[in-house]
Amino acid sequence: MDLKLSHSNKDGIEIVDVEGEIDVYTAPRLRELLIELVNKKNYQLVVNMEKVEFLDSTGLGVLVGGLKRVRAHDGSLDLVCTQERILKIFRITGLTKVFGIHESVDQAIAARKAEK
Amino acid sequence: MATVEVTFTPLPVHVRTARLVATAVARRSGISESLLDEVRLAVGEACSRAVEAHLRHCPGQPIRVALTDDGERFEVVVTDAAPGSEHDLPASAGLPAGPGLPAEEPLPERVGTNVGIIPLQLPDGVGLAVIAGLADDFSIAPAAPASPGTSVTMSWKRRVAAI
Repeated sequence: MDLKLSHSNKDGIEIVDVEGEIDVYTAPRLRELLIELVNKKNYQLVVNMEKVEFLDSTGLGVLVGGLKRVRAHDGSLDLVCTQERILKIFRITGLTKVFGIHESVDQAIAARKAEK
Repeated sequence: MATVEVTFTPLPVHVRTARLVATAVARRSGISESLLDEVRLAVGEACSRAVEAHLRHCPGQPIRVALTDDGERFEVVVTDAAPGSEHDLPASAGLPAGPGLPAEEPLPERVGTNVGIIPLQLPDGVGLAVIAGLADDFSIAPAAPASPGTSVTMSWKRRVAAI
């Protein structure tokens, strides 16, 4: 399945909904969206990956790049993911220590607001 | 002789096709469902690496994926023909130690749709480290003596389903 991207604002946090496969072919589109959101001064991001069917290290690179961009503005990039097969690649690469990974968008928002 | 062999032009869009074929052959070979995701991800990583090397060095040459079921193991060999790609390999497939973000590596922008490989924000060895973490066995070696290119070999044991 190809990649579908959409985004919306909730409580001042930009929610990016991702659906489909994030790989070497589709990851540039996610990267472009994250750059566009940061350029529009959205520095609090939540990437909802609940409908992601596949993620490889290229996709991880895009997420890490997004995180670095928002952190340059004291922002944040949290993830929503409960799928074991997606979480596995975060664990293998040690990136569970880098990203805040939550079970729902509401939980991610609540965690972000609690840190403010 | 490989059970199934696939060659594809080095474009990112074809990596998905290679993943799908590998997963289908693995399923038919009796690899347990729980391992199919690992096969799919590992083959995708190896093919992505090969595509990037070919686009850099030899975009006109195909990438070869050989899938072999010998009854006990399912083996995948992804072979590229990129000269010097074996020299791009990290000393080990290890990952950056400890938490924190990898250092920023300013790489040139590459644009386009079908050939739009993004600059990697992670060290080159991450894809190989992912493969090493997923496959039961994993090795990387020159494709052939005195020939350019690299072969990434990964295999999985067939699991007998619990009764």
